[in-house]
Amino acid sequence: MASITRRRPGPKQSGFMLALPAILWLTLFFLLPVVIVFVVSFLSRGRGGAGELPFTLANYERVWDVFRPIIIDSVWVAFVTTVICLLVGYPLAFFISTRKDPRMRSFALFMIILPFWTNFLVRTYALQTILGREGIVNTVLLNLQLLSEPAQLLNTPEAVILGLVYGYLPFMVLPIYASVERFDFRFVEAAHDLGANDIRAFLRVVLPLTLPGVIAGFILVFIPTIGAFVTPDLLGGTRGIMIGNLIQQQFRGSGNQPLGSALSVVLMAMVMIALLVYIRFGDKER
Amino acid sequence: MANQALAARAAARPAVEINERQARLDLLVRRIGKIGLYINPIFAYFFLWAPIVVLIVFSFNDGGSVSTWQGFTTRWYENIFNNAIAAGTESARFTTENMLGAVRNSLIVGLSSTLLSTIIGTMVAISLVRGRFPGKRALDAVLYLPVVIPEITQAISLAIFFKVIFDFAEMQTGINATTGFGTIIIGHVAFCISYVTIVVRARLADMNPRLEEAARDLGANEWRTFWRITFPLILPGVLAGGLLAFTLSLDDFVVTFFNSGIGTSTLPLFVYGMLKTRVPPEINAISTLMLLASTALVAISLGMQGRGSRRA
Repeated sequence: MASITRRRPGPKQSGFMLALPAILWLTLFFLLPVVIVFVVSFLSRGRGGAGELPFTLANYERVWDVFRPIIIDSVWVAFVTTVICLLVGYPLAFFISTRKDPRMRSFALFMIILPFWTNFLVRTYALQTILGREGIVNTVLLNLQLLSEPAQLLNTPEAVILGLVYGYLPFMVLPIYASVERFDFRFVEAAHDLGANDIRAFLRVVLPLTLPGVIAGFILVFIPTIGAFVTPDLLGGTRGIMIGNLIQQQFRGSGNQPLGSALSVVLMAMVMIALLVYIRFGDKER
Repeated sequence: MANQALAARAAARPAVEINERQARLDLLVRRIGKIGLYINPIFAYFFLWAPIVVLIVFSFNDGGSVSTWQGFTTRWYENIFNNAIAAGTESARFTTENMLGAVRNSLIVGLSSTLLSTIIGTMVAISLVRGRFPGKRALDAVLYLPVVIPEITQAISLAIFFKVIFDFAEMQTGINATTGFGTIIIGHVAFCISYVTIVVRARLADMNPRLEEAARDLGANEWRTFWRITFPLILPGVLAGGLLAFTLSLDDFVVTFFNSGIGTSTLPLFVYGMLKTRVPPEINAISTLMLLASTALVAISLGMQGRGSRRA
């Protein structure tokens, strides 16, 4: 393109002034704070829970010794959430993108996105009331005599997973929808003609070609769920605690900000690893 | 049709390659797959919508129960409008007045952060698509970071940052600054810029750069070209980006939670306070109203985007 269009003698550098406000804002209010957190994570706990010299590795030791189980639990919860989202989301995205009527397709998609636009707290609260001791699930199960006493549904890791799946399912459906919609179904016909049955055609043709959407969905669900704070806070109780809650606890009242910062750095590192895996394996199309 | 084709193919080549049992199995798999493809969406849509429907239905329930129907009432809504919510403790009182205050705070924060992030985001989107300067790729990468870094990390980073700055300012000048609208808005703009940029950029990439060249060839200067050609063409993207920023800001809880001050709590903070302490029966009605408001917002934004894409 550049060789076809007439090359006009312009300045070597253009548009920098337009980028300047964003550069300043992000440097000052995003990058610098992250750097500060990194530095604080090596400080000792001082007055009022704030950081204080000297530098130490004690926070990371404590993260490793004391909080390792909760971090592993968080990764597990995020992983299970992502897998459930995938198992529910893939067929759903497949269903939506194979509707023939475009109006029906938009409507089906709209019905996925609309709950996602409503306030996250409100949606989590809705789940809270349903799962509660006197909630509708327990009431129905008791009335059907499937239970003799109300089950403990709320304040469990399972409730957290349910809440996270509820909150992040659209993030899985949308990228998969995008890649199934682009998929040319004549490939499936070709596979059938070559003697493949449905399972084989799916595993060897459909799945590999829609894999970019699956991987994008995996990342889009895994990253926010691993750092979740509101969902475990409202649905998890003490048993469903996640790394986000640990961080919050260190910043409440006179907590331990260096420790909270160290936890935060560990969380960021895990997200970065997930991203690097994505860049390495997922984004092959570009 | 396809079923018959499969069966026919199985029948056409008997015994040798594909035996009949295999063909029957394939048909069974296909049937199960088809049934599954219909059951899964039913289950998924039920899962997504049931909690919301229950919430709305029980906002009209007489008596405070959230599971047993005790008759229809609109009194929770009346309480909200008559300023008669009576719940909460001495320290956190959940009255209509406080709720309206929180709505007002949310709007102040939402509108300010939308305005700032839309201007900054649009500018940087233009510079990334049309501009040429060293460090462009690095800027591109940094712009995606606020989207992928966990919210809680952003929130506590800003909280520590402000504390450091405020302590320093107090030491140097004696001014005692605290968190409030300013700190919330700064945080919201920091993550909204990225989303606005992504949306506006997509719109710019779709635009034909020769239109701008034509304007310049006809003698328009940069400024005139921008306002007469570029801006009208990317306007739908700018509006969509702005609406996205507005919703993100209105919806944000985590960043606000760690960076708000006294008297500046937004609607999500108000709702969170209600959920964490004593839940007044009006909360279902409040939630339903919030649902209605965000649905209206979505409808407006979709309408706008629809109009934009038809024009382009």
